[in-house]
Amino acid sequence: MEKQVATFEVKKGLAQMLKGGVIMDVVTAEHARIAENAGAAAVMALERVPADIRAHGGVARMSDPGLIEEIMNTVSIPVMAKVRIGHFVEAQILESLGVDYVDESEVLTPADEANHINKHDFKIPFVCGCRNLGEALRRVGEGAAMIRTKGEAGTGDVVEAVRHARTVLGTVRRLQTMPDEEVMALAKELGAPFELVKETKELGRLPVVNFAAGGIATPADAALMMQLGVDGVFVGSGIFKSGDPARRAEAIVKATTHYNNAKILAEVSRNLGEPMVGRQVTDIPKEDLIAQRGW
Amino acid sequence: MHIGVLALQGDFAEHASMLARLGAQVREVRLPEELDGLDGLVLPGGESTTIGKLATDYGLMEPIRTFGQTKAIYGTCAGAIFLSKDAERKQPLLGIMDITVERNAYGRQVESFDVEVDVPALHGLAAGDPPVRAVFIRAPLIKSVSGDAKALASLPDGRIIAAQQGKLLATAFHPEISGDDRFHRLFLKLAES
Repeated sequence: MEKQVATFEVKKGLAQMLKGGVIMDVVTAEHARIAENAGAAAVMALERVPADIRAHGGVARMSDPGLIEEIMNTVSIPVMAKVRIGHFVEAQILESLGVDYVDESEVLTPADEANHINKHDFKIPFVCGCRNLGEALRRVGEGAAMIRTKGEAGTGDVVEAVRHARTVLGTVRRLQTMPDEEVMALAKELGAPFELVKETKELGRLPVVNFAAGGIATPADAALMMQLGVDGVFVGSGIFKSGDPARRAEAIVKATTHYNNAKILAEVSRNLGEPMVGRQVTDIPKEDLIAQRGW
Repeated sequence: MHIGVLALQGDFAEHASMLARLGAQVREVRLPEELDGLDGLVLPGGESTTIGKLATDYGLMEPIRTFGQTKAIYGTCAGAIFLSKDAERKQPLLGIMDITVERNAYGRQVESFDVEVDVPALHGLAAGDPPVRAVFIRAPLIKSVSGDAKALASLPDGRIIAAQQGKLLATAFHPEISGDDRFHRLFLKLAES
């Protein structure tokens, strides 16, 4: 067999290498260095963290390629970057830069309200957000090699991350005890490709790696998501909007590794300084919720 | 046989399930005392900087070095980097295998690949000795082996992708995600001996 690049196994494989790790949003090369030194498994390069996108308003787009390249040149760990939902040209640009993973992200302003990117067309792997199993498997059907639950980005409120993780993982659990003849009806209810629903039932988990995102702000939040059963966590505004980012970043990394060890969780939660100023999801008008972008 | 899988970060669950399928008693290792009573240890794929930092902070470096003096250790990708003497940059390494590695030697993720390679050291472990399908993900290159270390497999262009030194085993690729269990069976044989 000749050498093959960009097989689905290779795309999915990088996400498998990130498991048990923390992927941190960074807006400068200096942030990226802090994240790498704190033990981040990867960084997400962007111009503004979600909390600032929320505060700033306007249209949020792919970051400046110059900034992304500067971050790629600064760290040895994988670098991810975001494109708008459906904006396949932004994705082509990121592929040409050689970014390691593209996040087709609801945090940016969607470019297409009906269609996500056909991710099979790309050599570069994609991660996409979801709120439930149907959304997760539609994205996998389009070629996503990694999934993250959406949560509610830029709030520091973990409630939506918990809701989405429980919804996805709970449906997987329900699927496992379901007789085969009921699987098609569930696929219809979820609006998900039947073959992928069947595969999920057989595997007893999503066919790709599943991280949690959106609202994780403390080591305890990260460990909570890990105990709920996700493979790792994304932390957006939670680190660089806090009082002592280097310390908090390291504490969240350690909490993600030792998520089942309450003694270590207590230790790493000590003296972290101010957390990001949160915003309760219930105080946000429904139409301003980021998670509802995408389908 | 009791086998530990270093579970600080990375694809430790994939290794654990492959080892369990082969009949090993598997334990996740995050703290030094969890090495007690093990016959072998797997260092998984992942980010070598993350794994090195956590191993340092939780006092695992010396206990793993001591473990490796008498017991079997198998490192894949990041695990191979962690075993090496030299990774050409400043990061915590166990330094117990006489190999030099270059991180991300094949390029970034878009250059990640899979390929079939013949591995003579695995001959006899499967009927007909089919080639190993090797999955390389932002993989390191084993630039050189010295001392007691020897190369076990190379790409057609001569680049070394697997090495062994006594009971220490390193591959730049990931048998744990391709489903081929022959390297893990070789490792279990080393752990048993």
